[in-house]
Amino acid sequence: MSDFYAFFVRFLPDLLKGAGITLLLTVQGLVAGFVLGLLATLARTYGSKFWRGLAVGYIELFRGTPLLVQLFLIYYGLPGLGITLSRELSAFLALGLNSGAYQAEYLRGSILAIGDNQMMAGRSIGMSKWKTIWYVILPQALRLAIPAWSNEPVSLLKSTGVVFLIAVPELMAKAKAIAARTYDPIGSYLAVALVYLAMVYLLDAVLRWIERASRIPGFESEGKKA
Amino acid sequence: MSSFFTYIVQGTAITIAVTLVALPFGLIWGLLMALVHTYGGKLLNRVAAAYSLLLRGVPPIVLLFILYFILSGSINLSPFWAGSLSLGIVSSAYQMEILRGALLAVGGGQMTAARALGMSRLQSIQYIILPQALRLAIPPWSNEASIVLKDSSLVYALGVPEVLRRAQQLSATTQQPFLAYGAAALIYFVLVFAVNRGLDYVSERTKLPTHP
Amino acid sequence: MTNPILETRNLTKVYGQNTIFKNIDLKVNEGETIVIIGPSGTGKSTLLRCINLLTSHDGGQVFLDGNEITAKGYNEDEVRQQIGMVFQNFLLFNHLTAFDNVMIGLTRVKKMPKEQAKAKAMEELNRVGLADRADHYPGQLSGGQQQRVAIARALAMDPRVMLFDEPTSALDPELIGEVLGVMAKLARDRMTMIVVTHEMGFAREVADRIVFMEKGNIVEEGTPDDLFYHPKHDRTREFLWKITELYGKKEKEKGDKA
Repeated sequence: MSDFYAFFVRFLPDLLKGAGITLLLTVQGLVAGFVLGLLATLARTYGSKFWRGLAVGYIELFRGTPLLVQLFLIYYGLPGLGITLSRELSAFLALGLNSGAYQAEYLRGSILAIGDNQMMAGRSIGMSKWKTIWYVILPQALRLAIPAWSNEPVSLLKSTGVVFLIAVPELMAKAKAIAARTYDPIGSYLAVALVYLAMVYLLDAVLRWIERASRIPGFESEGKKA
Repeated sequence: MSSFFTYIVQGTAITIAVTLVALPFGLIWGLLMALVHTYGGKLLNRVAAAYSLLLRGVPPIVLLFILYFILSGSINLSPFWAGSLSLGIVSSAYQMEILRGALLAVGGGQMTAARALGMSRLQSIQYIILPQALRLAIPPWSNEASIVLKDSSLVYALGVPEVLRRAQQLSATTQQPFLAYGAAALIYFVLVFAVNRGLDYVSERTKLPTHP
Repeated sequence: MTNPILETRNLTKVYGQNTIFKNIDLKVNEGETIVIIGPSGTGKSTLLRCINLLTSHDGGQVFLDGNEITAKGYNEDEVRQQIGMVFQNFLLFNHLTAFDNVMIGLTRVKKMPKEQAKAKAMEELNRVGLADRADHYPGQLSGGQQQRVAIARALAMDPRVMLFDEPTSALDPELIGEVLGVMAKLARDRMTMIVVTHEMGFAREVADRIVFMEKGNIVEEGTPDDLFYHPKHDRTREFLWKITELYGKKEKEKGDKA
């Protein structure tokens, strides 16, 4: 046990560096995913047939295939079409596109729950469709989505692990490097597991705080009709 | 061209095999843990809760590696079996949460009614609670099933010759990386689609009739 | 005087700082129908659940046929085969048809052979008038029908005593009659019944004895005539008057509707 402790302390700087990259990837992916997911959901709910088809195609494709396959397709596959991207950019794209498809689903549920009635109310005072969406529907739908959506940051954090396979120097990559140096794969991956646990725990605490701080009094998150 | 086709399709068989090992293993183990958590005493409840928290707080790939090195080191399992069982262990934690939710949704009233009839706790769980809980669990479970199917791609990292690994080799031999990886994506897409449709069908068929 | 079929002695139930009921002595003779009335929250339901050991008690004893079922080492599951219970919210097994709901106790608990169990289940469903709905699921039945199936389910076990915990409180007014009708028939057939209810008409016409409980104590008990026309305690008179006024109104409304 004390061996493991010594081991852990020795490699802590490396692990933290890796954890930093992991967090960076997570935040980038989350933000990109949010924008993409929002656009996709709006296209799907309020767009013309063409945009709807595009959105559904995007969502189905990225939810219906593994992240790892998407990553390889972008990093190894695109060069075949003449598009070569750096490993960092590839990872960012893969994580962002993947997360966006899942976030689109979370937002869709909330928008549908708020949707029709509030749209009627907005239009009835002369607001245009898009004004209503921006000023009336989204503010409510986004808040409603928070509890379900807060699964996504943690999920994304965990899924960043696979990008080490294209040599992005995040936490898993550090684990592999340490394992190679110490010939102790179990020890190094256990150490990394602990770091992930810590990150997940902290992230979860932050999310719960956000959830509590953003509650609208009297507005339950069970999709009650407004 | 056709030999390449068969090559990658063989990988599909392995992908399916990995899923068919991991998913049922995760179900049995997850069901056990869910029952222990819901009906066990205080101590067992805490143990089950810890199990769930630990296994769900770590990326599947990390657990895959840890379990792989432990399993292949001590019992000398092949990468296929070590990888599949590891995925099963990871899935069991998520399935435990799904089944727990279903058990709670069935409700205490059903247990009370069963006990009032003279059934023992075990009989009540077996004949009254589980049949209803398992039905309730199908929609979230089908979500988990497609997740396990997608996560099976992780065994790539252990060298198992499933779809992705073969796509990589194809990409090298044919110098057509986009086609190779695109084919892999297509295969996964079809598999996930089939699983979702299949389980939707099961969900429809096992639904309990209500007022017309 | 023969021994009572069911008896509680000094039965007490405490929950935290509150005493739900204290030193309840209740004697029920075979074939009797006892109706327990009283304001809500006075422990009437809890009392029933202590009698069939679904809830633990904090003092006193319960005797069935002279045997102390609260004694240590007594198999609770076996006891519950002898005491049937009908719940306010029916609690039918949602995944089983009406027929299977009635049959499952016979096959899984009493280990009856299938053919025998089938015949018995059909018999009980007939008794409550629902043989034609045997293959329906609870989700397809009305509240009144569900409750009648629940009664059949409990009866199928051939219990010595039947406990009814506010059996009509969750029903739409139109459906109350069909359930009370089944219960009245059971009483006429000399089933031993303890019924907790607010239905005063039922109490007046069907009960052999009425027990008035308040604040965890039995205030008074006696025949319907005794309690309604010669109550010994003011509180009894007060409670019954208030309820009977309501009941009188109901009677009048029924008459107006007819």
